[in-house]
Amino acid sequence: MTRFATGGRIDRAQPLRFRFNGRALHGYAGDTLASALLASGIHFVGRSFKYHRPRGIVSAGHDEPNALVQIAGAQGEPNTRATVLELTEGLAATSQNAWPSLAFDAGALIDALHPLFPAGFYYKTMIRPNWHVFEPSIRRAAGLGVAPAGIDPDLYVQRYAHCDVLVVGGGPAGLMAAQAAAESGARVVLADENGDLGGTLLWREAVAEGLAAGAFAAQATAQLRGRSNVTILTRTQATGLYDGNYALLCERPAAPGGGRPALRLWKVRARQIVLATGLHERPLVFPNNDRPGILLASAALKYRNHYAVGVGARLVAFINNDMGAADALALHRSGVTVAAVIDIRDADGTATGAALAGAGIAYRPGSVIRDTAGRRRVRSVQVCGLDGGGSQWIACDAVIMSGGFSPAVHLFCQAGGKLRFDESAAMFLPDRAPDGVRTAGGLNGAFGLDAAFAQGAEAGAAAAMDCGFQAPSQRTPIAAGKSPAQNIAPLWRVDVAGATKRQWVDFQNDVTDKDIGLAAREGYTSVEQLKRYTTTGMGTDQGKTSNVNAIAILGLRTQRTPQAVGTTTYRPPYTPLTFGTFAGQARGLLQKPMYRLPTHDMQAQEGAVFLEAGRWQRPDFYPRPGEAREDAVRREMRETRGGVGLFDASSLGKLLVSGRDAGRFLDHVYINRASNLAQGRVRYGLMASEHGIALDDGVFARLGEHQYLVSPSSGMTGAVFAHMQEWLRCEWPSWQVAVQNVTPQWATLAVAGPKARALLTALGTDIDLDAKSFAHMSFRDGRVGAWRARVFRVSFTGETQFEINVPAAFGPALWRELRNAGRPWNAVPLGLEALLRLRIEKGYIHVGSDSDGTTTPDDLGFSQWRSKDFDFIGRRSLLRPEAQREGRHQLVGLVGTDPAFRMPVGAHILPRIGARPPATAQGRVTSSCISDALGQSVALGLLASGRARLGETVELYFGGGTFQARVVKPVFLDPENQRLV
Amino acid sequence: MFLIPCPHCGERAQMEFSCGGEAVIVRPASAASDEAWADYLFGRANPKGWHYERWCHVHGCGEWFNLLRHTVTHAIRGPFAIRDAAPKVPQ
Repeated sequence: MTRFATGGRIDRAQPLRFRFNGRALHGYAGDTLASALLASGIHFVGRSFKYHRPRGIVSAGHDEPNALVQIAGAQGEPNTRATVLELTEGLAATSQNAWPSLAFDAGALIDALHPLFPAGFYYKTMIRPNWHVFEPSIRRAAGLGVAPAGIDPDLYVQRYAHCDVLVVGGGPAGLMAAQAAAESGARVVLADENGDLGGTLLWREAVAEGLAAGAFAAQATAQLRGRSNVTILTRTQATGLYDGNYALLCERPAAPGGGRPALRLWKVRARQIVLATGLHERPLVFPNNDRPGILLASAALKYRNHYAVGVGARLVAFINNDMGAADALALHRSGVTVAAVIDIRDADGTATGAALAGAGIAYRPGSVIRDTAGRRRVRSVQVCGLDGGGSQWIACDAVIMSGGFSPAVHLFCQAGGKLRFDESAAMFLPDRAPDGVRTAGGLNGAFGLDAAFAQGAEAGAAAAMDCGFQAPSQRTPIAAGKSPAQNIAPLWRVDVAGATKRQWVDFQNDVTDKDIGLAAREGYTSVEQLKRYTTTGMGTDQGKTSNVNAIAILGLRTQRTPQAVGTTTYRPPYTPLTFGTFAGQARGLLQKPMYRLPTHDMQAQEGAVFLEAGRWQRPDFYPRPGEAREDAVRREMRETRGGVGLFDASSLGKLLVSGRDAGRFLDHVYINRASNLAQGRVRYGLMASEHGIALDDGVFARLGEHQYLVSPSSGMTGAVFAHMQEWLRCEWPSWQVAVQNVTPQWATLAVAGPKARALLTALGTDIDLDAKSFAHMSFRDGRVGAWRARVFRVSFTGETQFEINVPAAFGPALWRELRNAGRPWNAVPLGLEALLRLRIEKGYIHVGSDSDGTTTPDDLGFSQWRSKDFDFIGRRSLLRPEAQREGRHQLVGLVGTDPAFRMPVGAHILPRIGARPPATAQGRVTSSCISDALGQSVALGLLASGRARLGETVELYFGGGTFQARVVKPVFLDPENQRLV
Repeated sequence: MFLIPCPHCGERAQMEFSCGGEAVIVRPASAASDEAWADYLFGRANPKGWHYERWCHVHGCGEWFNLLRHTVTHAIRGPFAIRDAAPKVPQ
């Protein structure tokens, strides 16, 4: 019987059933999983990460290193801390890292062999043949929970909030800070991780303003709730503090499901922030200090007073400070028997001994615990003096420990705050705060309510006044009794004769004081190195209970103070966040919105298989019954070359460049000239970056004296638009040019092939389609079918091609008419894959595929720029020696020796026939296809000094095999452009 | 996640902006030496302290402007128009 009949903040009227490792248990509303387990007498809840040692519940909060459990089901979650997981009806949780069961874990063999597995053992022993051979089994053996496999059914939402003063932590200091700021009129957000405000007021006995602490907290909460300028966020953990007083708060709303979110991420912008995040108690480092049943003194007190749970029937306390002694005394008086208090400190000069003895507790000053016994639960401790003498075993069923306290400085440091180590308090304290951030209460190392109230009220008032509000007229509450003092004598590890067993520093990562010694011996003396070498401070708890002990022990090993050792960098999140929290509603198409072609639905009806091409969903190919992709693609190519193909080319960019300086501007943007283009004409354009690297290609048309329509490639339209804007606004701000992206406003339907002209004639148009009056690379406005349209003669297929532009809404109707008009010639819809292969046959490049971040226009065979006598973006870079040197990789065509073998993209060109890797590649295949039209296997590629090597046969290497190809000009089909007429 | 003053839209969250790097880097004439051109392309001040840089309110009005930003504290002065001369660095 470990649950007390009365007291605590649980609701005995609401019993809850739950299962742990399959065992049916019960608790009450208001319990955490940990408190319900302890109420059932269960301490042993998991196996440790590396050595598979039995481990129990250590803390009563978010700092828990051991009690990580797996929650079952679709909404399951690994690595959940039992100490913060609220008990719910039907909850099913299991232990992690144990097989076949928690009690009989095969992995525990590793513990018996522990001398073979010191810190970083895998760095030293698993080198040959290489680490990846060992990695899978190591990862399995050393594991945490299992990620759920299905799609998360929970709802996650995100909210923005703005306030004058954000108060983090609703304990005594935070309550007063919020009250003071609110009193002055500031808009206040108060966030606290628990369901009720009050922090330690809810479970440490005290009297404030004549009220019991819990009643005082309730009264203060009610006052805050009565204010319209205060937003109280309970069940809300502040997890990140960023530049500009931007905070991330994670709220777990009560009763999720049924349309209510499981988690709500608040993004709060505060003008001022008050941090009242309190302290974490530290474990003591002593031999076999990791047995189930050994936990923090403050946690045991919280389980007693908050959850009415006794953590054992006969406790031993091990302390080095008066706060721990006071907690032991409080536990004993409240019915949790403490048999003995082992105090590292000498009795001289403290009242501790007298108080404990007066309560009937055996007090052993100047003593340490040298060993413990009990495999699945501690059953006794061996106590001895600091000289190793006077050894004695004391029976117990739980050990509470207090090794001092560590202020929760994480958020403070995330925001840029600096720490100092206070030797007398043995803690890292906030030193220099960043602008707009204040600290109060336990975070400042203050013990006692008076200090918390005063510091909180002062910080809240000052924060409000910094926002321009008047000083609040508020009296600080007064707490009864004497303020407690810590009186700590640090004990970082037990160093007495006979203390031979392992002393655990970081429970979660199975790091012992010896591991830290080993790291120091091997030269990992920086605290950041220590963390990475031993993994101390990693994992889900990020060393909240262990870091300061590890720092101090590293200091002992290297004759440095903790101040000199310093801390590792504190980074968000403070406590673990799930991916769902970050993702929020941004899932699926909301995470990655896709553009759809104006005729998307019709393409689907045509049987298109769609492909994500950048942000566009585009038809990849149109399989007929029984047709595989390759068959369909090659048929589409054949039928286009032999008749006519249709495709929706609306994804091609359309940037309208207007203004008096439009031509001059485009002259600078392209390597070729735009300003001398005749109205009604279209020109191919290649643009370079300022570094002289090919950026994008496309066409531009001159619509009028001062207006051009620029068509970047589909995937680059946004980038080209941004590129143009930046140059316009930043380099040539006085030029009169406006650039508009009108891409989505137009449907562009392309008709390509020898029968394209016949099809358009059949459809009906008032545009004279004769090649003499409407030549390739020009455009005409006119009527096509029932619509006013602008028709461009450009080509990416190498065939006669018309691109008909109508307002996007008319796209589907025009597509239908084109399909009808095309029947006599069996016009086929042409997919993207076939289109890209048609352009390979013609040798049309695709910038980004046939070029990379080192490829210049010259390398691609474009040297028009040399005749331009004025500046353009990238020109000077093209004159650098690097851009001019011999041996640059140049665009060439490759014809495979085997006409049936498709040359793989990425295949490397070997330095000579017969050479084998390792060898320096002379270039590579950039795009390739089997050409039915030519009966050849053709490819485009980059080859060192390629243009001087036409006719040469080269050998290529890919994935272990080789093949040969002949180097040719990068055009295979119709070099005379007769098909473009 | 600091706040950035857009000349048109006022203070907005950093995530609405993209940074264009150091501002007022004079683009040399074509006749510049290779060294001068390389310095223009690649040489950046990268100070610990006040940095004059240009930003675009890319998820807002789209405007480009200049800012003085302190690279340690993220204190910000500005915005300044692109055409204006660089302001004095605060003490």
